[in-house]
Amino acid sequence: MSKDKSEYLINRKDNQYEVVIGLEVHAQVTSESKLFSTSSTKFGAEPNTQVSLVDAALPGMLPVINEYCVKQAIKTGIGLKAKINKRSVFDRKNYFYADLPQGYQISQFKDPIVGEGKVILDMPDGQKEVGIERLHLEQDAGKSIHDLDPKNTFVDLNRSGVALMEIVSKPDLRSPDEVNAYVKKLRSIMRYLGTCDGNMQEGSLRADVNVSVRKKGTKEFGTRCEIKNVNSIKFMQMAIEYEANRQVDLIEDGHSIDQETRLFDTKKNETRSMRSKEDAHDYRYFPDPDLLPLEVSDDFIEKLKLEIPELPDEKKKRFIEKFKLSPYEATILVSDNETSNYFENVIKKSDVKLATNWIIGELFAALNEKNLEITESPISAGNLSKLINLIKDGTISGKIAKTVFEHMMEGDKDPKKIVEEKGLKQESDPKALEALIDKVIDDNREKATEYKSGKVKLFGFFVGQVMKVSGGKANPQLVNEILKKKL
Amino acid sequence: MSEITKQSLSELIKNIKDKKLSSTEVTKAFVERSEKSKKLNAYVTEDFSAAIDKAKKFDENPNLDLKLPGIPMAVKDLFCTKNVKTTAGSKILNNFIPTYESTVTQNIWNEGAILLGKLNCDEFAMGSSNETSFFGCVQNPIDKDLVPGGSSGGSSSAVAAQLTPITVGTDTGGSIRQPASFTGIVGLKPTYGSCSRYGIVAFASSLDQAGPMAQNVRDCALLHEVISSYDEKDSTSIDFKRNNYVKELTNNIKGKKIGIPKEYRVDAMPKEIEDLWKKGIDYVKDCGAEIIDISLPHTNYALPTYYIVAPAEASSNLARYDGVKYGFRADGENLIDMYEKTRSEGFGAEVQRRIMIGTYVLSSGYYDAYYLKAQKVRKLIKNDFDEAYKKVDAILTPSTPSSAFKIGEKTNDPVSMYLNDIFTVPVNLAGLPGISIPAGHDAKGYPLGLQIIGKAFDEQNLLNIAYAMEEKINFKNKITDWWIK
Amino acid sequence: MSIDLKTIKHISKLSRISVDEKKAEKLAGDLNSIFEFIEKLNELKTDNVQPLTSVAKTTLKLRDDEVKSKNLRDQIIKNSPQENEDYFVVPKVIE
Repeated sequence: MSKDKSEYLINRKDNQYEVVIGLEVHAQVTSESKLFSTSSTKFGAEPNTQVSLVDAALPGMLPVINEYCVKQAIKTGIGLKAKINKRSVFDRKNYFYADLPQGYQISQFKDPIVGEGKVILDMPDGQKEVGIERLHLEQDAGKSIHDLDPKNTFVDLNRSGVALMEIVSKPDLRSPDEVNAYVKKLRSIMRYLGTCDGNMQEGSLRADVNVSVRKKGTKEFGTRCEIKNVNSIKFMQMAIEYEANRQVDLIEDGHSIDQETRLFDTKKNETRSMRSKEDAHDYRYFPDPDLLPLEVSDDFIEKLKLEIPELPDEKKKRFIEKFKLSPYEATILVSDNETSNYFENVIKKSDVKLATNWIIGELFAALNEKNLEITESPISAGNLSKLINLIKDGTISGKIAKTVFEHMMEGDKDPKKIVEEKGLKQESDPKALEALIDKVIDDNREKATEYKSGKVKLFGFFVGQVMKVSGGKANPQLVNEILKKKL
Repeated sequence: MSEITKQSLSELIKNIKDKKLSSTEVTKAFVERSEKSKKLNAYVTEDFSAAIDKAKKFDENPNLDLKLPGIPMAVKDLFCTKNVKTTAGSKILNNFIPTYESTVTQNIWNEGAILLGKLNCDEFAMGSSNETSFFGCVQNPIDKDLVPGGSSGGSSSAVAAQLTPITVGTDTGGSIRQPASFTGIVGLKPTYGSCSRYGIVAFASSLDQAGPMAQNVRDCALLHEVISSYDEKDSTSIDFKRNNYVKELTNNIKGKKIGIPKEYRVDAMPKEIEDLWKKGIDYVKDCGAEIIDISLPHTNYALPTYYIVAPAEASSNLARYDGVKYGFRADGENLIDMYEKTRSEGFGAEVQRRIMIGTYVLSSGYYDAYYLKAQKVRKLIKNDFDEAYKKVDAILTPSTPSSAFKIGEKTNDPVSMYLNDIFTVPVNLAGLPGISIPAGHDAKGYPLGLQIIGKAFDEQNLLNIAYAMEEKINFKNKITDWWIK
Repeated sequence: MSIDLKTIKHISKLSRISVDEKKAEKLAGDLNSIFEFIEKLNELKTDNVQPLTSVAKTTLKLRDDEVKSKNLRDQIIKNSPQENEDYFVVPKVIE
């Protein structure tokens, strides 16, 4: 772990406080059907249309586990370089809530499917390792809707029973920036693996954030508060910022911190206590007698290892070594699988250096402006590759290429066609250029004489004139050579 | 031909197959007798006219290859039955109509049987006398104001009184065997995992098992053959090769080793029970089996273990009855108020008591001392049986420590009520099969049963021993039809 | 060991069953006699015993990831105590 040069500290008049953060990320497992039932997990369906008899907890209904969800959890565990537990147990977490039809959530308490692992973060001042405590499988709850009726709460059970992975980090995070990097890295790993789509708008990725503070230099942890169910990275950062300052203020005023569950109010940008949850805090976990211990063989795990694609860390290493990218460039290009695939498709048939610059520079800026993902890019990898080759073989200049690129962004057109149609091809015929240059020298007799008498600075003027007359299409290198001869 | 309702299941099937009786005649006879027997309060829901319609339909085009061709049958009200009210004996499910069918009952209908109605039981199967039912006590046809046992009390009463030729009950701690013993019929609790739990209102998931209740061992074997099946919808269902239990039924048990556990000689066991057990041992010897004294050292700890494990699981299994999705709901000012009132008014006293026990033993600070401890003792109890089965093929014990008692006699003393299951509970904790067969009468003329406990999945052997003993015992139930004027 | 009224109140809260004073007293009495009988387990030393959670001699079977359950909204809502075509309805939840 490298020394963090830009430490995140909360300063009060005499004291500096360090913030200690641990995350419990709830990631929805990508699967067709739910963890213990055969209803669909599709997002956005009409209320209560994806609810089986099991999900609605009708009398006598029993859970049967989805093998794919088990595989997804193990794959994620492998991606987190974690210990896979060959025997794990499903427990019932007992509490009453309107959107919890069974009166308990099936989760894993003592024996999770995945044990300790780690995630490497690329911070501006070096790498940081964040420990993973565990990963377990559990059921999602339904949704309570409080604002459709003044007297009643409405319950939609479509989400009830959808598989979640709860990924618990060690309290290794120290700043909102690290939390940002951690969540993004976790999401990137799961997207590479195809185990969670990481779509935060649809609630596929949420987190409970544990925050405590301690005076800089002390070893013991402070009392922590848990901020429940935060559904965007930005809100996580805001909540941490608010909560850490709240705790520091309490300590500075001589108060102690109550260990409690808090809610982040996104409108007021503050956290507040959820007292209603407190008295029901005894979850009475016990092994679910409707299920047996989940046992997986070495063979089962080995087969899954074969399905693991190259993950961001390894890919980054390869990009640096094989393509001579800078760590900065590599980090950006591997951040998600789609980007790195795009990059690798572009460089199949074109120059790596140019491709890197064009993707990180022009393409990202253009996509950003249009609010598009790389998968939605109007310019296919193949066409960007062609554009780069047109630059490389001198057909067009870099400047003209930008014009072509703009046309390409309007619709996926072959850059060659654009060049032809718009007549943007670079003039590289020496005879044609000679004629052009002769004309320019002819038109600027006086300046040519001045140049010849030693005013060498005027060379630039002549290049500019030639380019202007050619409409930017003249091959600058050839123009240089011919001009020198002629002058 | 004897009166239709007096015939055993096997006789009825033979007469239907021989076209001597139609399904309609048989169904009407049981409906008629059931109509005349309302005093027993055996039914919670009658489905008589639908049953007769189905019988008529069966007769139009009878499929006589089925195992239960056109046989009418009432079932315990713990099995969810499609479009027929299912209450589990509780007010909280008083108005619940499932849109699905339990696997066990589906297996029964698939073999041609016809639903007569739903039989009374203790609320959520929690009881040993059928007195905890929201729908009132059930009379034992043996004598007035006598309990029929529980929790499958409506079932035992209905079979003994011949309101149904046969039935299915469920057994969590003795709920098939104890009422069978109290009413002079045969009741089998199969090995855990033998019959699917899908669609059965859950009491204690690691102990619950459905099983047949019948007038004789052969009928019992036949129904077991129908209901025992592997079911993908139940994760605890076991995929093993099931026998043709009736075809392979034999009274030849020569050379079988039968264990007699000394720990079942409990303090204050009535002499009648002691004598019955001795007689049972003699019968087994007569059949050519060998008697071997064995020890099940942790027997005395079974009941305390059971009263931790079963309530713990029940406290969680019954959390779904919260007034939100189905069943009874009391008005409340807010969600929590609604929950508390619904569950307080919807559950009876015994169910509330057990939910409280279960909640307590799982709660923070007590889990290790109670729940975990009980799971460990459960292991010791199972080890006892594993050890014993190295030496014997089956174990013979009394079914209950007494004969049926009077309604109201034990309702104020939960512990004395719980002691009823002292001989049956260890079998559930170890997941083994157990059968109770009628073996004699006490001084009052009330029936007494003997229990045979088998190895896991060895129902065939168990049925064979019961079949052989039944022949020797030649039990006759003394039923006077006192409830029919 | 003795279960007092405070404990009864606590577990009645956890189990969402309301109890008044009279009922609490009755329950305390019943539970104490039941636990007296349960305490018998303390005679046994179980330090080295593995707890038994299921007697089923099998491991958890895994199901294929297939959507089989169709839209059952009408069936599922049908039994609910408060009428609504789309949702389950409960008294307002106070956060």
